[in-house]
Amino acid sequence: MPRRTMIEAIRDAMDVSMGRDERVVVFGEDVGFFGGVFRCTQGLQAKYGKSRCFDAPINESGIVGSAIGMAAYGLKPCVEIQFADYMYPAYDQLTQEASRLRYRSNGDFTCPIVVRMPTGGGIFGGQTHSQSPEALFTHVSGLKTVVPSNPHDAKGLLIAAIEDPDPVIFLEPKRLYNGPFDGHHDRPVTPWSKHELGEVADGHYTVPLGKAAIRRAGSAVTVLAYGTMVYIAQAAAEETGIDAEIIDLRTLLPLDLDTIVASVKKTGRCVVVHEATLTSGFGAELSALVQENCFYHLEAPVARVAGWDTPYPHAQEWDYFPGPARVGRALIETIEA
Amino acid sequence: MADAGMLRFHVPEPEVRPGGTPDFSNVPIPKAGSVPRPEIGVDPRTIRDMAFSINRVLNRNGEAVGPWAGLLTDEELLTGLRHMMTLRTFDARMQMAQRQGKTSFYMQHLGEEAVSCAFRKALAPGDMNFPTYRQAGLLIADGYPMVTMMNQIYSNEADPLKGRQLPIMYSSKEHGFFSISGNLATQYIQAVGWAMASAISNDSRIAAAWIGDGSTAESDFHSALVFASTYKAPVILNVVNNQWAISTFQGIARGGSGTFAARGLGFGIPSLRVDGNDYLAVHAVAKWAAERARSNLGPTLVEYVTYRAGAHSSSDDPSAYRPKTESDAWPLGDPIVRLKNHLIQLGVWSDERHAQAEAEILDTVIAAQKEAESHGTLHAGGKPSTRDMFEGLYAEMPPHLRRQRQQAGV
Repeated sequence: MPRRTMIEAIRDAMDVSMGRDERVVVFGEDVGFFGGVFRCTQGLQAKYGKSRCFDAPINESGIVGSAIGMAAYGLKPCVEIQFADYMYPAYDQLTQEASRLRYRSNGDFTCPIVVRMPTGGGIFGGQTHSQSPEALFTHVSGLKTVVPSNPHDAKGLLIAAIEDPDPVIFLEPKRLYNGPFDGHHDRPVTPWSKHELGEVADGHYTVPLGKAAIRRAGSAVTVLAYGTMVYIAQAAAEETGIDAEIIDLRTLLPLDLDTIVASVKKTGRCVVVHEATLTSGFGAELSALVQENCFYHLEAPVARVAGWDTPYPHAQEWDYFPGPARVGRALIETIEA
Repeated sequence: MADAGMLRFHVPEPEVRPGGTPDFSNVPIPKAGSVPRPEIGVDPRTIRDMAFSINRVLNRNGEAVGPWAGLLTDEELLTGLRHMMTLRTFDARMQMAQRQGKTSFYMQHLGEEAVSCAFRKALAPGDMNFPTYRQAGLLIADGYPMVTMMNQIYSNEADPLKGRQLPIMYSSKEHGFFSISGNLATQYIQAVGWAMASAISNDSRIAAAWIGDGSTAESDFHSALVFASTYKAPVILNVVNNQWAISTFQGIARGGSGTFAARGLGFGIPSLRVDGNDYLAVHAVAKWAAERARSNLGPTLVEYVTYRAGAHSSSDDPSAYRPKTESDAWPLGDPIVRLKNHLIQLGVWSDERHAQAEAEILDTVIAAQKEAESHGTLHAGGKPSTRDMFEGLYAEMPPHLRRQRQQAGV
């Protein structure tokens, strides 16, 4: 099976979708002729023409707002916000319009859009190229929020998102674009070509939204993670020798609660890991759900390892980013609690 | 050399406040028939003056004059008059229903009936409007059932939106009326996107965007102009300048510096100003813009100069911020009276027939109201189910919502 980077997998997902359904259109800043600042749309304009893949003005609200109008018409826009950090001008359109169009019109109009945005830190991106705003989407009724962690899932989840009849926020951890990252920034990064999840089948397949994946089976503690943090958690488990069960949530909303609850009931312990800031982050929701659903099985408090409650700094990148050492400490503390 | 002393902060003020004498002498009103009618393929640079004039067809004597006249038959004009009268009666009844506690909220169109009623007749089936909350004339003029509108206003068991939406936030794909949102200006860029989609699909349908003078200050107004201009989207960008955004006069959205129409000029969009109380002028300009869009010539921006004669909403009291008699002083008059006088001047209408039509329309609206109220009002009779609150958010209900619905006992 061919191996692809996450960038290639994402591009392939759009290529496959555009080839299968002429209603799929792709646009955003620098997305057309140039093929995107991360190369995710390279070649699509040449292959499908300017009516299907085109450059947009630098106006995030305009990109999402026009996509909503296109979706109301009957197209299936898959648009790009260059960095998740720059989605805020579109937040009104996403939270008040895209999310509610079906509901408020009682199905008269629907909004099958996908909004792709590179997310996450670990790349010396500073304050506005590193944010993880997923909690700002999971809090919004009517949106679905997806965060893939590898090329195979990225393609399958993106095709599923494009085919989904509702608006999907598709957050792409840019730290994972070229290879998995375990948080050891002092070591060379392995490319996806050396990783089994870099195997991406040709043609059409989907990974269903709302289904988590168990990346490492274990019995001592459940780790709930997504995006880059999946690899951090794996490294932490190996380095501490703790038999952690690592769940890659893949879709944050709708959430695969069954998989989470089954695992925590088995292990009796839970550590939640995300890059986003701690307070009111998605980890708070996960922690509350675990507490509500697994209270009598818990043998330790649910722990959260997250970004600090500060803007994402530049020079202090590795003091901020929740690396394997911090996650490892949380695993040990949870086991010993 | 100006005196470089301390800076002073500028806040625009309307000419007159409550207690003062209404004064619109600062609003220049060009003569009817004085604005030329260019070809639809005109170079926008050559018609920049049209963004600063006011295109009017009906003169003081009720005659239709100039190059924009003569597009509608007597029959069509009589129908148009009936639409405007129906909207006004509908408004009055629903405003009263709100005062009687049958619904929580209402917004009237008083004085602006010509804008949406005349515009609707310039569109073709399949075209899509992206209206604000003050264009219900688009529905009335397209034959959308008044009972259904009232069911929505009453949030009753027959409400097509299942009680989820605030009154008057209608939605009808079938009637080319996009779901209304409470968030101002969002629909303006969505309309452009819809038009882009029609062009991408090599369709022949066009979109119409709607916004008020106050909301042009929102970012999405700018977004829409950029996108419409960049992609030559087949869209009509309508600005209804009724002089007021709740309590703030149009100067706070920086009306008065140029015009709202002139904002299209920087994007190379042909931009026209129209007498919004002149049914014939509104229709003629809308038709011109629609032809441009349908001929792949791109967007047109149209500013309708009108006056919000009523309160902003059922929750508003305009006497707190503007003279009570200001609407009487409005130089462009009342759209219904003006069309009525034109039809009388044509010899196809009379005061008697008008009074008779008023009575007939009132009967029709009251009959519709009775039927709607048989399905319930906000606090009495049939209502949407609690289950409806959970349904229809996603195409398929996700597990967490299903759990919450069970918790709610439905």
